Amino acid sequence: MAAVTAPLAADPLTIPRARGFRHRWYRTPSFVAGLVIVGLMVGLAIAAPVVAPYNPDHQDLEHILAGSSAHHWLGTDELGRDEWSRMLYAARVDLRVGFLAVLFPFILGTTLGCVAGYYARFADTLIMRLVDVVVAFPFTVLIIAMVFVLGPGTRSIYIAITLVGWVSYARIIRGEILVQKRQEYVLAARGAGLGDRRIIIRHLLPNVITQAIVFSMSDIVLDILAIVTLGYLGLGIQPPTPDWGAMIADGQQFLTTKWELSTFPGIAIVITGLGLSLLGDGLADLLRAE
Amino acid sequence: MNDPLLEVRDLRVEIPLARGVVHAVDGVSFSVGAGEALGLVGESGCGKSMTLRAILGLLPRPAEISSGQVMFGGIDLVAMAPRPLRDIRGRSISMIFQEPMTALNPVMRVGEQIAEGPQHHLGQSRRSARARALELMRMVGIPDPVRRARAYPHELSGGMRQRVMIAIALSCSPQLILCDEPTTALDVTIQDQILKLLLSLRKETGVAVVLVTHDLAVVAETCDSLAVMYAGEVVETGAVGDVFRLPRHPYTLGLMRSVPDFDVVRDSLASIPGTPPDLVSSFEGCRFAPRCQFAKQDCLAGTFPLRVAPGGRQTACIHDEECAEAARRDPVVSSA
Repeated sequence: MAAVTAPLAADPLTIPRARGFRHRWYRTPSFVAGLVIVGLMVGLAIAAPVVAPYNPDHQDLEHILAGSSAHHWLGTDELGRDEWSRMLYAARVDLRVGFLAVLFPFILGTTLGCVAGYYARFADTLIMRLVDVVVAFPFTVLIIAMVFVLGPGTRSIYIAITLVGWVSYARIIRGEILVQKRQEYVLAARGAGLGDRRIIIRHLLPNVITQAIVFSMSDIVLDILAIVTLGYLGLGIQPPTPDWGAMIADGQQFLTTKWELSTFPGIAIVITGLGLSLLGDGLADLLRAE
Repeated sequence: MNDPLLEVRDLRVEIPLARGVVHAVDGVSFSVGAGEALGLVGESGCGKSMTLRAILGLLPRPAEISSGQVMFGGIDLVAMAPRPLRDIRGRSISMIFQEPMTALNPVMRVGEQIAEGPQHHLGQSRRSARARALELMRMVGIPDPVRRARAYPHELSGGMRQRVMIAIALSCSPQLILCDEPTTALDVTIQDQILKLLLSLRKETGVAVVLVTHDLAVVAETCDSLAVMYAGEVVETGAVGDVFRLPRHPYTLGLMRSVPDFDVVRDSLASIPGTPPDLVSSFEGCRFAPRCQFAKQDCLAGTFPLRVAPGGRQTACIHDEECAEAARRDPVVSSA
């Protein structure tokens, strides 16, 4: 086919490539800081079997409630288990459950949010009324109640967090879709004869998903807190598997004599939360600028 | 003339609003033959874009087609079920929008956007659709298509984006392209390039075009015939040369007088006095009468459907001879 040659002189061909994600991430302090902290945490958790000096269940019965020493860096608990090793293994469990627990509500909420925002009318009314019902209860209270009903354990945590957590994603995605679907490119896609599902998945979703991703970073913090709270209440990860929440709860009775037992897992939670929040903030900055 | 490719018959679009029903398109009829180009001209809000969107069933809510037919290849698109209509969109009839920035998906590479049609409608494989996209980009005059295909819309200039839009519109070799003010958002030099491109592509592919615009110069340059719309109605149709030489509706004349012409320097541009009527109200008499310099008593009552005027044209004006006379005395087009 013969090429059509129209004069191009006055038309600048390309606007210089805007500096993208890849060029700017290392210039965003909060993103870098968050990445370092979370990276360190995840790294330690993964490497726990190598880094931890003891098995988390190993009991050193000669040194019960020992203070920090060369053998036990952070001392031992009332059963003579190494605090530092238990914290490392707890990170493994808590982070894994936290990341997984954010995945299910993310998927469910995004799907329902897309449906509500795109189809509007009946689907929207139904889904958003459901959201209202869930939002009417405080997050943590609802989670605790559900896990209590479902019985303690990781499976219950996943189910409870999914059933409660999806509403935030649904709201975010629905709002974004409502804005985006009025854009001309959606009309153009319909004009090109594309089906609804293809328009949602291929055209709308990539335009709205960043908000949900950014939110998921702070949501992980919330979920880890919920998991830890459940652990503290004895509804979460069941002993002897170590978990920061259960460790805080167990150490509580020794708070006056051996404060390290509760404090260090608490600090670990704070640092994790801080890292994820920074990561979320940085991500928001980077993605917004895109 | 053999059967037209697209025939719009007495199309009516209504928008129910709180303050009443807006008759955005009120009995519009026109036809386009295969390979022909029709210009749909009128000022903002006269229903030209609505007409265009109604053809493909893409009206924004709550606008609805209340009556009329859109015959395309012997089938009425208005009565068609959503599914087969979807298969016609993009495949047989495609659309080009005014704003090439907003009409392209900002987070999708342009190559993918062009390849989407052939993949979806023609069932082409990823690879062959990509090859087709490159071929189309070459066709619409995008240099270095291999590199540009990987660009995102914001990395391209306005003219390039509109070329991409045209490539998308052509991707499934449609029989008809509906253009909604394709050059309005572009600056004048780029406008000219895009129009020339549309013209040459028309010659090359034999695609018919309906071009909605308020710019008469664009119509003069690209179209065979035109339909002038005012307040939801078509008030005059005919071949571009004929209508430009001798407008037979005062509104057409007014539109032409309000276009600056560098060949004949007039003392001042003539604007049409008044504003178009509110389309909620019902009408008695000619809709243009309150703004018309030729209006007489008999213009104020009755209806004014299109009727055949000399030269195979149609006009809604009953005093079209006077209008033509005025145009003869003071020609609008210096050298048509």
